[in-house]
Amino acid sequence: MPVLSVNRLTKSFGGLTAVSNVSLELFEGELVGLIGPNGAGKTTVFNLLTGVYAPTSGTITLFKDGKETSLEGLKPYTICNAGLARTFQNVRLFKDLTVLDNVRIAMHKNIKYGFLSGMLHLPSYRREEQEIIDESLKLLEIFDLGHKKDEFAKNLPYGEQRHLEIARALATNPSLLLLDEPAAGMNPAETVKLTELIGWIRKEFNLTILLIEHDMSLVMKICERIYVLDYGKVIASGKPEDVKNNKSVIEAYLGEDVSDA
Amino acid sequence: MAKVIKHKGIKRLILIILTYSIIQALISVGIINDYLQATIATICINIILAVSLNLITGFTGQFSLGHAGFMSIGAYVCALITMQYPSTPGFVLGVFAGAIAAALVGIMVGLPTLRLRGDYLAIATLGMAEIIRIVFLNMKITNGAAGLNGVPQFTNWPWLFVFTAGTILAISNFLKSSHGRACISIREDEIASEAMGINTTKYKVAAFTIAAFFGGIAGALYASYFYFLKPDLFGFAKSVDILVIVVFGGMGSISGSVLAAILLALISTYLQSFPEIRMILYSAMLVVIMIFRPHGLMGSKEISLAAFERIGREGLKYAGFKRK
Repeated sequence: MPVLSVNRLTKSFGGLTAVSNVSLELFEGELVGLIGPNGAGKTTVFNLLTGVYAPTSGTITLFKDGKETSLEGLKPYTICNAGLARTFQNVRLFKDLTVLDNVRIAMHKNIKYGFLSGMLHLPSYRREEQEIIDESLKLLEIFDLGHKKDEFAKNLPYGEQRHLEIARALATNPSLLLLDEPAAGMNPAETVKLTELIGWIRKEFNLTILLIEHDMSLVMKICERIYVLDYGKVIASGKPEDVKNNKSVIEAYLGEDVSDA
Repeated sequence: MAKVIKHKGIKRLILIILTYSIIQALISVGIINDYLQATIATICINIILAVSLNLITGFTGQFSLGHAGFMSIGAYVCALITMQYPSTPGFVLGVFAGAIAAALVGIMVGLPTLRLRGDYLAIATLGMAEIIRIVFLNMKITNGAAGLNGVPQFTNWPWLFVFTAGTILAISNFLKSSHGRACISIREDEIASEAMGINTTKYKVAAFTIAAFFGGIAGALYASYFYFLKPDLFGFAKSVDILVIVVFGGMGSISGSVLAAILLALISTYLQSFPEIRMILYSAMLVVIMIFRPHGLMGSKEISLAAFERIGREGLKYAGFKRK
């Protein structure tokens, strides 16, 4: 069953076509990689999927709990509430807030009490806040951040900030998670730990994951399928080993073979 | 956990009652004379204005230069109602009618302007306040530039206290709620906030509206204490005055705004004895203080009861140690 279906997605900025006719299909429980050289349009694809940009043409459809949602033209917050969460290439935490608050904010859509109840701290406020705190702590515990719940996000080491960002995305209860270069800036040991973590949360939270990554060893190890993007177009897709040996992929990464010329 | 909350709540209540009764006692004994009472009224009104503006500027991160506009709406609406019905129920009705009118204008102005950011938003809000001022200047019912004279005086210490404490509690409670956190997340990172499912436009407008509501209350109290209103009282300079209190106390600190409102009013009252150089001294002081505390008196921290207790304990320990 598909979770996300992208059909002939195109985005032009003036005369520049950053993404052209990209079609993707993600199935339930899959872990798919989106790779490509610098400037291939990977992050633009993410921004189109999450509503930061509106596509020039093409369709994006998200399936969750038997419901179909067309995402093109929707605002980022509606897309998030429809079940698509993301992390950012450069970590975008709420830096001056505590670890706990970062996660609690992402649970905002679960809140049912109104403004007045929030101002007067009525019983509904107390009950729901307690639930949210419990949920958040459970989530933080999974990422081994429970004991740091009162620290400011900016004071965490870089690796933990990355983890917190994933925890925050999971707090929105998504069915599809987009990870934008989760291993960027991590050392090899941290990357190994992250690889395990991604595999684990996929099972635990019953997620479908699409990730952009430069670290080839990570992509090849954990992704079941890979899409390769170059100059805004999908130039290859399939199993990691097939993609690895694909001629146009090698050309895109290493340049054309010039020995014959 | 429940025990701790109760404990805290009781302590807070004691503090509130104590503050009220001490000032009330000083007024009835006559130590606080009429002149000082006017200063207290100014302080309370400024606290309400600064705390509500802080919700927009310090917590939601939107720059507004039009708070005096909301204040003037509250002031005129309350004045007109109390002049028609000069009684306590009339006054209460006036305060809330003024606050609601200000909040409605807040929504109307907020919806189109809050798409703007930073300096653009500042200019738009400044324009809004000017429009409101000019409307009052040209309306018959507000008596134009000559202003309204003889607004019945109902604002006294109990009312000032109720509304000031009410504002502080409502806004600090709001900030602890999920809606308040949504506002704060906009200040922290608007893109991330939107990506985490928060309708940032809605919460910006909400913050703007709540702040306008309380700004309206402050205006109403002002009208009913100083019994004279004219549009010029609510010009650009007044908006800047409020912003100065917020920045001086610390963006994103409620207790900072309260502290700054008290300090600045006291400084300004004290400087009345040097009328010629008053404004020069006042400005110079602001410059000096901002050089040494660029994030304001409190930064984004809050004074809590626990902090007082800690200071008290440490102080006792220190004193005991010294005596030995």
